Amino acid sequence: MSAINELTSLSRRRGPITAEEKKANGRDNKAAYIFLMPWLVGLVAITIGPMLMSLYLSFTDYNLIQAPEWVGLDNFVRMFSDARLHNSLGVTFTYVLVGVPLQLAVALLIALVLDKGLRALPFYRSIFYLPSLLGGSVAIAILWKQIFGTTGLVNQILAVVGIQGPGWISDPSTALGSIILLHVWTFGAPMIIFLAGLRQIPNMYYEAAEVDGATKLQKFWRITLPLLSPIIFFNLVLQIIGSFQSFTQAFIVSGGNGGPSDSTMFFTLYLYQKGFGQFDMGYASAMAWFLLVIIGAFTAINFIAAKYWVFYDD
Amino acid sequence: MTTKLEALPAASNKPAAGKPTNPRKPRESRGTLAFSRSARTKALIKHAILIVTGGVMIYPLLWMVVSSLRANELIFREPGLWLNSLEMANYADGWSALTHPFGHYMLNSAVVVLGSILGNLISCSMAAYAFARLQFTGQKIFFGIMLLTIMLPFHVVIVPQYILFSQIGWVNTFWPLIVPKLLATDAFFVFLMVQFIRGIPKELDEAARIDGAGHPRIFLRVILPLMVPALATTTIFTFIWTWNDFFGALIYLTDPDMFTVPVALRAFVDSQSATSWGSLFAMSIVSLLPVFLVFLFGQRFLIKGIATTGIK
Repeated sequence: MSAINELTSLSRRRGPITAEEKKANGRDNKAAYIFLMPWLVGLVAITIGPMLMSLYLSFTDYNLIQAPEWVGLDNFVRMFSDARLHNSLGVTFTYVLVGVPLQLAVALLIALVLDKGLRALPFYRSIFYLPSLLGGSVAIAILWKQIFGTTGLVNQILAVVGIQGPGWISDPSTALGSIILLHVWTFGAPMIIFLAGLRQIPNMYYEAAEVDGATKLQKFWRITLPLLSPIIFFNLVLQIIGSFQSFTQAFIVSGGNGGPSDSTMFFTLYLYQKGFGQFDMGYASAMAWFLLVIIGAFTAINFIAAKYWVFYDD
Repeated sequence: MTTKLEALPAASNKPAAGKPTNPRKPRESRGTLAFSRSARTKALIKHAILIVTGGVMIYPLLWMVVSSLRANELIFREPGLWLNSLEMANYADGWSALTHPFGHYMLNSAVVVLGSILGNLISCSMAAYAFARLQFTGQKIFFGIMLLTIMLPFHVVIVPQYILFSQIGWVNTFWPLIVPKLLATDAFFVFLMVQFIRGIPKELDEAARIDGAGHPRIFLRVILPLMVPALATTTIFTFIWTWNDFFGALIYLTDPDMFTVPVALRAFVDSQSATSWGSLFAMSIVSLLPVFLVFLFGQRFLIKGIATTGIK
């Protein structure tokens, strides 16, 4: 079902080439490369070329006007002592490590409630899914900025019950929390993936468990969770990769500066400021590659950990 | 289990024979068979949970709609949803608050969206046909690379891309936003379409080949007409993602003439003090309207697309 599964199966399938494959080999080469041409050009010109270029730039000092000047590892050494960068890493890690599990937990919980042949399922599913579609927009970030403002909707409601709420997004201790909440709010997309996964679990497993007198909790821990684990894993990998790249919400809610006092300064926001605010393109490139390494490391850890908790049926 | 999921788009869209029937069916009937009191209270509790959660989730959106029709000072005093009067002035004010009427930015967005959709449909379907139906040297490697690019953070390419596009004078044009789509850089859709084409019976291609059709003919006359659902999913997702795209527009479009809706909204936030939330909300609603309409009419494809490929 997923690009991830395809990738793992690609790396596994290393058998000898069959006679049939050999004969077929080369047969469609011309046609294939014509069909692939736009993609190939894009791969070279838009993806791999720029990737190599940014790797090169990460070893230079470059401001778009003067030619790039080779500085060796300077940018990476600078990153070691850049306190704002360390802070932005902390903010991003908090966002990812709190936001992603929380969002997936809510998604799974609602999917479980929705799953059991409930009436009006399509209606509920739509309601829960809508925020996922809108959540990435500037408009919703603007709404969030108001809702969690000092006199915003949340505090207005709290005032009704006599509580004076803080200025959620103007207080450094709660600003990130309100952006994490925005991420959790968009749980609809993983919920739909969970729903699709739940439907694939054969009902006979539950029936057999019922015959054996299993409790609901046992059924959840022993049947639902193991059989759903590949899908949880898939969601986890994708959401972590995506969340590391979050930008729009923090940018709009903080007015572009990652405030208050850098509490919402995401790594990507800092990268944007360095690259496109100060045109420190060499440093921004080094940061981008560092981000790639971080995301790669998290994905690798995920895959290694998966061996211990992801259950494959086949 | 995962293999069944892989077959999902095929099973639900095409006359592919011999697919297993949905294992879900018996469970659904169990729900209607159980008339016992405890089952009914359980269902009631579930509905209660869902209605409360759904209500909390949707409330901010409803409140924004209502607030966009309220006088400004009420936005900071009125957490409820009832309206005493309709303040259409917010919409009129917001529409003309920036250098251009808001429709100008919507038109800009529409141009970028249209170009992106066309680009994705053409380039991704071509690549997908090659991956799904043709045998060629380097197929596995290229396919693997294609899958990897889905997960590649765009930050590692954005700086050189910016340099490239600015050197050919494309800053403040729509080209940097559209041309990558013409080159199938949204590999997600290539993957989605590969999955879909794999579900189309190969006998159809064979029959066309026996009739003397070459690959271009088979692609245009056999495969494309059969993959309309995948094309629809691609269109809808491209629409929503491009319409909402902020980062690309922020970098490449600095001239207010060229602003798309997200950067225009951002300019609106920056230009206004806290006094004009009504018109800000009004234009936010206007900007969300196209996405909402697509959601209303394209839901089927959206949900299928997510469930089968796991795209956001």
